[in-house]
Amino acid sequence: MSGVLVVAEHLQGKLRDVTRELVTAARELGGPVSVVVIAREPRPLAEGANLEGVDEVLAVSAGRDEFENDVYQAVLEGIVAEKSPEAVLAGFTVSSMGYAPALAAKLGTSFASDVFALAREGEALVATRAFYGSKVHAELELPTKPGTPAVVLLRPTVWAPAEGAGQAVITETTVDVGPSRARHLEFVEAPVSDVDITTADFLLSIGRGIGERENVERFARLAEKMGATLSVSRPLVDAGWMPSARQVGQSGKTVKPKVYLALGISGAVQHLAGMKSSGTIIAVNTDPEAAIFGVAQYGAVLDVFELAGELEKLY
Amino acid sequence: MRVLSCIKQVAVLGEEVEIDPGGRDVDPDYLERSLNEWDACALEEALRIVEAVGDRAENEVVAVTAGDEESEEALRRCLAMGADRAKRVELDPGSSGPSDPLTVAKALARAIEGESADLVLCGVQSSDSVQAATGTMLAELLGLARTAVVTKVSLDPAAGKAMAHRELEGGLIDVVEVDLPALLTIQTGINEPRYATLRAIKQANLKEIEVLAGPSESAGAFRVRRMFVPDKGASAELLGSDPAEVAKRVSEIITARLS
Repeated sequence: MSGVLVVAEHLQGKLRDVTRELVTAARELGGPVSVVVIAREPRPLAEGANLEGVDEVLAVSAGRDEFENDVYQAVLEGIVAEKSPEAVLAGFTVSSMGYAPALAAKLGTSFASDVFALAREGEALVATRAFYGSKVHAELELPTKPGTPAVVLLRPTVWAPAEGAGQAVITETTVDVGPSRARHLEFVEAPVSDVDITTADFLLSIGRGIGERENVERFARLAEKMGATLSVSRPLVDAGWMPSARQVGQSGKTVKPKVYLALGISGAVQHLAGMKSSGTIIAVNTDPEAAIFGVAQYGAVLDVFELAGELEKLY
Repeated sequence: MRVLSCIKQVAVLGEEVEIDPGGRDVDPDYLERSLNEWDACALEEALRIVEAVGDRAENEVVAVTAGDEESEEALRRCLAMGADRAKRVELDPGSSGPSDPLTVAKALARAIEGESADLVLCGVQSSDSVQAATGTMLAELLGLARTAVVTKVSLDPAAGKAMAHRELEGGLIDVVEVDLPALLTIQTGINEPRYATLRAIKQANLKEIEVLAGPSESAGAFRVRRMFVPDKGASAELLGSDPAEVAKRVSEIITARLS
């Protein structure tokens, strides 16, 4: 094959958006694009993965309906041995974190994750990713050769999703992978809440910069006065100060309000993924290098309590 | 029962940044070091699991790191929090850039092989590199069952199984049954790591840390070609530094956008 192998991601019978983004990235790299769909009944999902620019869809019947990391690893080891792709692309997602690094370690291949730019250079791929709180970027060289492809996990929402139906051949196979050592039992939905931050026009969002639990109440009151809905970044949920229903980001909610006012949020990648499409982003933080300023239209390097004091006078 | 807890002393960049003359990492003078937040949660979980079993004479938590001598500070904090032993595998990437996860996993494996661990816990990721890969690679090298991004764990050692909650995007929980021994990567929020008492910190400073030689040179998962400070691109329009003036502008912008 000597092309690019895309690992489709699906959940509860639906392809996840990242799959279409991976197809776009694979097409940009050039060479034949194959998409592998792994599920007990992969056919319906494989049809959805037959997108424009895809040359072959591998519908592999293996394991259960839902993701299990041993199943994915075993199937992919087989495909890599048989097809010798130069690169294996998957999303930088919770499920990929469970199998892709193991696949790379087992096969002795190069590996990079949370990659947001990828290019071919001779016999290697060059992946660009961030380090040190996204304040610096680095180019990583990933050698590839047939049988030992580069395994690359791409950051979601960077590449445009592939659109349009493709004309790929769908190849159906069945693989007996043996018992999983980590088995899916059931899904538990996040508890329902009376607040829906995804429908608010105006979010006042607070992060670690508010310092202490006692300060949450002050910003909750300020939000109410300003006519905003209060949302938070992950550390406040981790600390148990706020329920997860109010969390913006990859493990929380994706929001697109008209106005997103971020107070004391530095802008971890996972947070930015959940709010960067907001209409107008205003960020206030004491660190002038905070990543949140990279996505904001307006910013101020300021103590959030001083700003809160002034806003309290205005509203 | 023996639980191994893998930790990293991460590097945190302040407001200023300067790239090292070699061009492959940040100048170490601009980096502060501390125990990785995810690993503190993993260690706390290890301590709680072992404490729940009971007799600490026969059940232990061992903290392990791969790093330079300075990273022993993070191990001392683990000892002060309650780890029974600490091991460090020599690993110093020098000026060749941040370590790749395969090299780190191979180093950690040296300290864990031979420990007959019932459970190995790692943080999901490190705050400085955010690769979310070392734990899963280590599980492969050790031949362990694994689950990544765990927000809840309960053990049934008699049945040789653990139940783990895997936190998916959007907050959906995947409940997984894992065979023991296993490696789990732990997500923040699973617990609130304890503080060490002053007395425990003093005692930790007297404990011996076992140091092992690093693995022989082998190909890592990547080679850092260059590190750079990215162009700001279209950066935010600054609203000034006077709180009253900023508040007024913020209020005007909000009114305009919501009308």
